[in-house]
Amino acid sequence: MSRIASEGAPLVSARNVHKSFGHNEVLKGIDLDVMPGEVVVVLGPSGSGKSTFLRCINHLEAIDRGSIMVAGEQIGYRLSGERLTKLSPRAIAAQRRQIGMVFQQFNLFPHMTALENIIEAPVGVHGHSRKDATDYAMELLARIGLTEKANAYPRQLSGGQQQRVAIARALAIRPKLMLFDEPTSALDPELVGEVLATMRDLAGQGLTMIVVTHEIGFAREAADRVVFMDGGLVVEQGRPEEVLANPSHPRTRLFLSRFIREAA
Amino acid sequence: MSSAAEPMHDRQATLRDVANAHRPVEWGRWLLWAFVLAVSANFAWIVAWNPNFGWPVVAQWFTAESILRGLYVTLGLTVVAMVIGVIIGLLLAIARLSDDRLFSGLAGLFIWFFRGTPLLVQLIFWYNLSTLFPEISISIPFGPTLVSWHTNDLITPMTAAIAGLSLNEAAYMAEIIRGGLLSVDKGQTEASDAFGMTRARALRRVIIPQAMRSIVPPTGNQLISMIKATSLVSVIAMADLLYSVQAVYNRTFEVVPMLMVAVIWYLIITTVLNIGQGFIERYYARGERGATERMPVIAEATP
Ligand SMILES: Nc1ncnc2c1ncn2[C@@H]1O[C@H](COP(=O)(O)OP(=O)(O)OP(=O)(O)O)[C@@H](O)[C@H]1O
Ligand SMILES: [Mg+2]
Repeated sequence: MSRIASEGAPLVSARNVHKSFGHNEVLKGIDLDVMPGEVVVVLGPSGSGKSTFLRCINHLEAIDRGSIMVAGEQIGYRLSGERLTKLSPRAIAAQRRQIGMVFQQFNLFPHMTALENIIEAPVGVHGHSRKDATDYAMELLARIGLTEKANAYPRQLSGGQQQRVAIARALAIRPKLMLFDEPTSALDPELVGEVLATMRDLAGQGLTMIVVTHEIGFAREAADRVVFMDGGLVVEQGRPEEVLANPSHPRTRLFLSRFIREAA
Repeated sequence: MSSAAEPMHDRQATLRDVANAHRPVEWGRWLLWAFVLAVSANFAWIVAWNPNFGWPVVAQWFTAESILRGLYVTLGLTVVAMVIGVIIGLLLAIARLSDDRLFSGLAGLFIWFFRGTPLLVQLIFWYNLSTLFPEISISIPFGPTLVSWHTNDLITPMTAAIAGLSLNEAAYMAEIIRGGLLSVDKGQTEASDAFGMTRARALRRVIIPQAMRSIVPPTGNQLISMIKATSLVSVIAMADLLYSVQAVYNRTFEVVPMLMVAVIWYLIITTVLNIGQGFIERYYARGERGATERMPVIAEATP
């Protein structure tokens, strides 16, 4: 995994990120840098704030304290001189256009075919021509092996196929960064493999990815770095072979031991 | 299993193939059908031969010019008031759902007022607006007047009818549309947001098309009520279908036949609308499990 330059500017840079829902403090000061081309897998117990953190990165949730930079721009705010001001919804929408997101529940648009789902944002948001968008969409569908499902509606597809279409839809905007929130958790076990295979392909192509998942196997094979979150903090991070084999933090050890027992 | 049993087994399988199944004979249902048909036929016969219905008079007036003019007024008012009502209703629903307290409060106030007062009273108020406000002007609040009109020039029976019907309709449609927007899965808004769609685009491309499934049936209801509600405008001297019919029977005293003329026209309009609603519902059901095979082709033609 030497393709990652260890110096240079990070693509994502989160500093002291805090987020509360009412009195429930979910993120308690997250610091995380992600380098261009890096694949970061976020692990952690349920309720540790993984989804919340991911959603903060594209401003689906507003953070209460700290800052998040993506590709040199602060998400949700603009610093002019010494003065930090909130961006308008329109400007925030513009910032999101370089970030692709894949959801646990797929969230495909059910009234559009697979192809229409994929070209919706490129045509409607990015202003690409319908022909270019369709060509690229067909290329993406071919890559995930679903060319013949181009005109199928989401409900006519299996869960695994829907999630692969959702991945293609996110890729169609040629994102600088891809966020995956437990992309395989809603799938039947026999469908998980096909989605993970698609994601492994992407990881191999140098796409910058932040993946929240419970698939330790995927972390081991495809991640450049594993980040372990617990109680709203990053408690441990490092190369997968180190963190997964020799966790230093007791919470990581406990979490992993449970998984390894489950897998056995 | 022994080989001797095989042919026996095959025969069983063929006999049990559900593709060759017969419907059970349902004598009870046949009898019920026969009974209902007999009763309806008899009823139709009685009505058709009852001289009190005055069918020749019905036939004579059914396409009379004054009746058709009234029919156009009814249809025109319905269409115009419904279109304006839906547009304002959509804006109200969006305002009501917005995080902005000012917009949602104003929309709430509008809906509260126009649903809370009788349509008849609203129509009379609009018609008599000039007695309340002899002049209507655009001015800076508490400041100088920019433009002004005599209310009587603006408010004709037609504009009073349209204003009354459409604003009242808007209040009801706002709640129907709001319910429809709320019925769409939150994940859809989230996905639209994540793709950097503006709120307007997300509504237009993602949320409203899905909300239509639950908006269309009650809107059909509203449209049919609206056709009949237009008959209220006769109080402000608009010559709609019912008013035209009344004008005739006030002269000829053929009340029942003339009302039958109106009833039959109302039923024809309702039937046409029901058929149209069926088509619209099927269009918005595309992508649902069990939707017809043809649907993807239609959707492809209109991307
Ligand atoms: N919109 C919300 N409103 C209120 N509380 C929320 C909201 N979203 C998340 N939470 C709370 O924040 C905490 C962290 O949730 P989050 O979904 O980030 O956890 P997670 O690490 O992704 O867990 P899981 O593995 O179960 O998905 C939970 O206690 C949850 O109840
Ligand atoms: Mg989660």
